[in-house]
Amino acid sequence: MVSAESWIAVPVVVPLAAALLSFLVRRGSLFISLAAAIINVLAAAILVNQFFVSGPAQYAVGGWDPPLGISLRTDGPALIMLVLTGLTGVAISLYAWGYFSFRIDQPARAGRPEKQERFFWPLWMLQLTGLNGLFLSGDIFNIYVTLELIGVSAAGLAALSGKSASITAALRYLLVSLLGSMSYLLGVVFLYKTYGVLDLGLLQKMAGPTPGVIAALAVMSVGLLLKTAIFPMHFWLPPAHANALAPVSAILSGLVVKGSFFLLFRLWFDIFSPALPHTAFSLMGALGAGAILWGGIQALRQQRLKLLIAYSTISQLGYLLIAFPLAFTGGNSQTWSAVLFMASGHACAKIAMFMSAGTIMLHLGHDRIRELAGIRAYLPVTAFAYAAAGVNLMGLPPSGGFIGKWMMLIASLSTHQWLWALVLLAGSFLAVAYVFRVVEQLFVIPPDAPFIERHPRAGLLEWPALILALISLLMGLIAPYPLRLLDTGMAPQVVQVIGG
Amino acid sequence: MSWENALIVAILMSSFLPGIIIFMLPEKSTGLRTSLNLFGALLKMTLVVIMDLAIYYGRVFHMRLELMEGVELFLNADPLSAMFATLSSVLWLLTTIYAVGYLEGSPNRSHFFGYFSLCVTVTIGIAMAGNLITFLLFYEMLTLATYPLIIHRGTDEALAAGRSYLFYAFGGGGVFLFAVIWLHTLAGPADFTSAGFTPQLIDNDAPVLRFIFLLMIAGVGVKAALVPLHGWLPRAMVAPAPVSALLHAVAVVKAGAFGITRIVLDVYGIKNIIQLGLLPWLMTLSSITIIWGSLRALQQDGLKQRLAYSTVSQISYIALGISLADHRLALIGGLVHLVHQGLMKITLFFCAGNLAETLGIHKISEMAGVGRRLPLTMAAFTIGAMGMIGIPPTIGFVSKWYLCLGGITAHNWWVIVVLVISSLLNGAYFLPIIITAWFGKQQGSWPREKNFGRFETHWMLLAPPLVTALAVIVAGIIANAQFSPLAWVEFVVQEYTR
Repeated sequence: MVSAESWIAVPVVVPLAAALLSFLVRRGSLFISLAAAIINVLAAAILVNQFFVSGPAQYAVGGWDPPLGISLRTDGPALIMLVLTGLTGVAISLYAWGYFSFRIDQPARAGRPEKQERFFWPLWMLQLTGLNGLFLSGDIFNIYVTLELIGVSAAGLAALSGKSASITAALRYLLVSLLGSMSYLLGVVFLYKTYGVLDLGLLQKMAGPTPGVIAALAVMSVGLLLKTAIFPMHFWLPPAHANALAPVSAILSGLVVKGSFFLLFRLWFDIFSPALPHTAFSLMGALGAGAILWGGIQALRQQRLKLLIAYSTISQLGYLLIAFPLAFTGGNSQTWSAVLFMASGHACAKIAMFMSAGTIMLHLGHDRIRELAGIRAYLPVTAFAYAAAGVNLMGLPPSGGFIGKWMMLIASLSTHQWLWALVLLAGSFLAVAYVFRVVEQLFVIPPDAPFIERHPRAGLLEWPALILALISLLMGLIAPYPLRLLDTGMAPQVVQVIGG
Repeated sequence: MSWENALIVAILMSSFLPGIIIFMLPEKSTGLRTSLNLFGALLKMTLVVIMDLAIYYGRVFHMRLELMEGVELFLNADPLSAMFATLSSVLWLLTTIYAVGYLEGSPNRSHFFGYFSLCVTVTIGIAMAGNLITFLLFYEMLTLATYPLIIHRGTDEALAAGRSYLFYAFGGGGVFLFAVIWLHTLAGPADFTSAGFTPQLIDNDAPVLRFIFLLMIAGVGVKAALVPLHGWLPRAMVAPAPVSALLHAVAVVKAGAFGITRIVLDVYGIKNIIQLGLLPWLMTLSSITIIWGSLRALQQDGLKQRLAYSTVSQISYIALGISLADHRLALIGGLVHLVHQGLMKITLFFCAGNLAETLGIHKISEMAGVGRRLPLTMAAFTIGAMGMIGIPPTIGFVSKWYLCLGGITAHNWWVIVVLVISSLLNGAYFLPIIITAWFGKQQGSWPREKNFGRFETHWMLLAPPLVTALAVIVAGIIANAQFSPLAWVEFVVQEYTR
């Protein structure tokens, strides 16, 4: 049916088709999207398999080669992100199914949840298209297109809940996102003017430390940092993530910010690292340190669960930036691994947390942290999932977060960069504090706790969260597999740049 | 998979799987939960004894899983692991029986016993860890698995105790992680071995190695309740009695002391550590802890609080013995106390739990005349306390005897002075309890008395302390027999005194 190399187009084409279809049909959009999510994860598995057999692949859509055509390519980092979005995509789709059927069953909200669901599925599929496209794209202009797709569909998703707070937040989100993409596009124009190419591989061969390149990278980076909500450009994230519907918060916090971050990391390390001075990397590290501390402290001060989780995202994104100076000096492919472990562990954990928070909110009607005690009596799986995901945020073994932190600590101690190591540890202590603030409420059952009826379909809400939380918790034990993907999978030029 | 590996896996799974199943059981299925618990505990104990025999006859238990370059999980059951694993699994069986009786009819038992089983799984993991990374993995997991038990009652006091536990334990854990990684960058990945790291490292990095040692001891010292890192332990006494037993004798405090042992003997190695001049530091720390713990114990009126400070003091006998690691007798005294302290302290906590559960007594001042109401419990308590003081023929005497002999062969009079003072203090805080219990006159009625029919208390609460009290005497009398704890420790020590 599909030829071997064209599997690479499936993760982009199938969700896109599903988005259009589920927008057109009135009923069954749920099953169309679920099927697309499952095909997507299968395609990711097939691509990984092909990759081990025959190495990095490149595919020119429609047969047009770069610099003219659209090219898609696979390498280790892209495949890991693809698998991550694939797996979490299925989990999110299942959760959203449970979430909407729960809300539709509640008579108080007549009509509204149906409408929300109708727009949720197409937007979510567009989001998936954009993310997969971003990971697989081999040229900086197509990447711009995927960025816009991600930004616009994310803003649409954020606005779904229809409350005025969420509409304000979503509008601000849209503006920030457009600003970020514009800034990125400006950089693309600079580069195109200078070199006349858009292909990442070609740029990598040409780019040198000229002022033009540095200026281009600077504007692109600022745009991406804004979109990734890196401190101090994070202001838009907490309201947007905390006021959205639960499956949307999960998508935004777990996946969307990872997309722009991934691009940032690729640009800096895959393409332009020889062109950049050390101070630039240190500056990124400093932003990361600020994010870790500020996000952590803010998370400690929140009274609402979803806001706490949103601030913890800001803190956790900081870890990813600390990898920049460490990769520059301690540099080898291990830093890629550290970053991807951190990012994927965080994605799974954060999605699980927002799912749990959403389940709690559906049952209790609020998410005030002080009043959560007793939840475990009827939602034991959710309480456990939240705690298990918390282990990853704290960076305790054997989670993915631990593996990432371990590699970063090794890199910082072996190159005597003590400051980064201390920030990493301080961030972990903050995480312990803000995770257990909630866990201690989730784990106790006071004798006077009100009993709440469990929804019959609550399993669809609880189990996807638990499975993602367990993946994030046990990721360290399966570390050899993703690492093998990275070792064989590093495109040759990346090995040269980072290893040399 | 060789049968040795299969045995290791089976030992871990014998408590892990029952734990997972128990989590999923509905609250009401008491019978199934109890049978699962006891089945798992018995199976684990049997498997561990089989492993002990195999180790005694020279079998090697190695199991590796590489996570990434330079990082591998390594389970290695050597004689020292076997000692700790045996102690934990035997005491776990008794504690499980006790906990079933203690929590009868109380809510949230599936949650409780689930984490209870995870705790012992993780403790066995600590025992069998064959390198620092594996040790660290299980050590951090132990904190996570014990936390729900400490806050089990759900009161504000319990939550506060939980917070304090997390603060200390993760503070220590973070420092330990830092030290482990630092050593990793200097010495590379290394398994535990009695030779320690290569002596060449000392030529270049002696000051750094000393600092790392201090960080590591501080990291594991939190769980071992070294002064001034002991603050969490008395506070954690709000947890139910079986949890106290678990903290003090089976898992947490023991894991800390075991960590100190591993760091000195197998990470640094005795030769290196003497060359770095680190043993006097450890001796000073442990002496201070021994005396301070005893002094604080004297001031407590709460029975469990007094026992908790007594643990602070007693656990450091282990470190004291290790700090004379180059003298065989002292090393034996320290290591054997790991087992002996566990048996004695668990007896005392079981008894304290019986007093609380049967009569509602929590304070020493309420104990007058309790010996007539609970004769068997108080007999067990008396034996445990005698052991703590070091009166022959209990096992407490055996530990102190070896530590003293070690001090004499090392010409280290300081050790003897510390031992004498601390024994006097032990007497000063245990004898008054025993005297009021047996010879005091009951003042009014007991605070909250329950009747259990035939026996003085529930049989599941009575049997475990009687068994351990018996062990406190028997293991002391047969110390020279082939399979006493002492004999096993002599077998362990062969490796380190060649």
